[in-house]
Amino acid sequence: MRHPVVIVGGGPIGLSLALDLGLKGTPALVLDDHDGAGLGSKAICFAKRTLDIANRLGASQAMVDKGIVWNVGKVFHDDHKIFDFNLQPEAGHRNPAFINLQQPYFEKYLVDAINTAKANGAPIEIRGRNCVTALENHGSYSTLTVETPDGPYQLEADYLIACDGARSPLRDMMGLSFDGRVFEDNFLIADVHMKADFPTERWFWFEPPFKNSGQSALLHKQPDDIWRIDFQLGWDIDREKELDPDRIRARVDAMLSSQAGHVPEYELEWTSIYTFQCRRMQKFRHGNVIFAGDSAHQVSPFGARGANSGVQDADNLAWKLDLVLKGLADDSLLDTYATEREHGADENILNSSRATDFMTPKSEVSKIFRNAVLELANKHEFARPLVNSGRLSVPCNYVGFALFGEDTVGGPETTRPGMTCPDAPLGDAFLLDQLGGGFTVLAIGTDAQDISAHGIDAKAITIAAPCHTIKVRYLGDAEQAVYLIRPDQHIVARWANFDETAVKAALGTAIGKA
Amino acid sequence: MNMLILTPNLPDPDGFYNELIQAHEGLTKEQSDAFNARLILTLANHIGDRTVLTTALEAAK
Repeated sequence: MRHPVVIVGGGPIGLSLALDLGLKGTPALVLDDHDGAGLGSKAICFAKRTLDIANRLGASQAMVDKGIVWNVGKVFHDDHKIFDFNLQPEAGHRNPAFINLQQPYFEKYLVDAINTAKANGAPIEIRGRNCVTALENHGSYSTLTVETPDGPYQLEADYLIACDGARSPLRDMMGLSFDGRVFEDNFLIADVHMKADFPTERWFWFEPPFKNSGQSALLHKQPDDIWRIDFQLGWDIDREKELDPDRIRARVDAMLSSQAGHVPEYELEWTSIYTFQCRRMQKFRHGNVIFAGDSAHQVSPFGARGANSGVQDADNLAWKLDLVLKGLADDSLLDTYATEREHGADENILNSSRATDFMTPKSEVSKIFRNAVLELANKHEFARPLVNSGRLSVPCNYVGFALFGEDTVGGPETTRPGMTCPDAPLGDAFLLDQLGGGFTVLAIGTDAQDISAHGIDAKAITIAAPCHTIKVRYLGDAEQAVYLIRPDQHIVARWANFDETAVKAALGTAIGKA
Repeated sequence: MNMLILTPNLPDPDGFYNELIQAHEGLTKEQSDAFNARLILTLANHIGDRTVLTTALEAAK
C-alpha cells in the first residue's frame, strides 16, 4: 500500500504536521510506537508562536485554558535577587508570551483537534503501537517494515517524514550523522506535586544558596499543582546515587524551605537526570525522506527552543508538501524547507550554546567574567542584558531568503518580508484568526482583490479603517499597505498599493516559480 | 560634562560576551590577566574622559 505522506512519530511535531496536512485535504498517516500521549516529563514551555500555529490548526484554546500563563521571571545570584523581567508582550495579541503545559497535554489537544478534523472529513490516520523496524529508500519512495502487536507489515511512502525524536531510529537506519557539541554537565529534574502559594514566575538561581543545589537551579509552575525544579549538578557525578529519592528530597527540601521558611508537603512526581547536546543534521532533507523536530536538531532546554522550533518545522513543511503533492509546486520547494529550518536550527543552537556557556563557565577566567556580570547586574542596569539564563524562543524569521519578495512600503521592521505576522486586535477578534491556512492578500487602509496564480488562490482581506495597533505594526509612517502572506503566516512581500501583476509575481516567488 | 553610562548601551550583548570569552580561549590564567589589563588600558584610552574613567573605577568596585 502506497501512502503520499507517512509521518513517523506521534509527538508534537508529527501530530501538528498531520493535522495541518489533513486540514488541507492531503492524506497523512502517523506511525507512533506508543499508544496515546507519552508519559513523563518532557517539554513544558510553549511559546506564543507555537500557540499561534496551534490556533490556526484549531487546537490552541484548550492549551491556553489548561496552561499556566506566565510573564515574570526572577534571576537570583546566591541569596539575593539580581533583577526580574517581564515578558508580557504589548497588548493586542490573542495568545500570551508563554504557557507552561506538560507535553502529554499538548499532544492530547492536538489529537482532539485531529479527531474533530477527521469527523469533518480530514484524511488523517494515527496508528499507535506501530514501530518502524526497517527502511528501504528507493529514491522516489520508501518501503517501511512496521512491527505491531498483531505482527509485522510493510507499506510504502512517497514522502517519509521523520519526527521520531532526538534518538531518531530512521536517521540511524539511513546511516546519517548528527554532530555537534556535548555539554559536560548533568541536570537533575524533579517535578513535584505540592500546593504552594509561590507566584507563577520563573525563578532562576546562579550559585544557589541552598545546600547541595549545584551551579544553578530553576523553579517553575506547571498545571495540576506540579512544579518543575532543575538542579545543575556538574559533570563528575554518580547518576545512581543522585537519583536516590532520599537524596533528591534533601535537595528539594533545602530549596523549598529557603523560600517558604519551612518544608511544605510535596510528592515527587517524576525525576530524571539529563545531559544535553547542541547539534543538528547537516541536511534536513535527504531525497524523499525529510527530518523535522528533535530528529533534525537538538538544543539545551534553556530557552524553550526544542518543541517550539519543531512545531515551526511542521508549520513550514506542511504547506509546501501539500502544494507539491497537489502538483501545484515543484518538488524543489521542499529544499526551501531545509534551508529555512536549518537556519532556524542554527539560530537556536547559537542562543542555546551561549546560554549554556554562561551557566557553565568552561575556564577560571570565564567564571570570573560570569560572576562579574552577576555582581555588576545587581548594582547596575547595564549588566543585566549580559545575564543569560536562557534566551527564550522568539519566532524565527527568513529575511533575505529566496522565497520572499519586495518591500516597497518601508514600513515597520517587524513586518518586513520574511517576518511572521504579528497579531493585532480586529473587531471582536484578532487579525491572525482571519489569515487561515492559505495564501492571503492583506490590504490595510486600501483595497485588494482575490487573486489566482499558478493554480493557487489567495483570498483578499481588506481592513479599510485599521485600528491604532494595526497601524503601528503594519503601516508605521505609511498611509496604507498591501501584504502577501504565506500559509505559515510569514510575510512574502508588501507594497503601497494593490497591483495584481506584482502580487501574482510574488506568489510565484513564494512557491519557487520565480 | 560626560557621564558614565550605566544603562544598557551595547548592541548584541550575547554576541559581544561570546567574543570576549573566545578571546581568552587557550590562554593560561596569567595570560588572561595580562590580556584583561591590556584591554582595559586600550578601552580607557578610547574613552579619554578622565571624569568618566574615575566614575567607572568607582562603579566597578
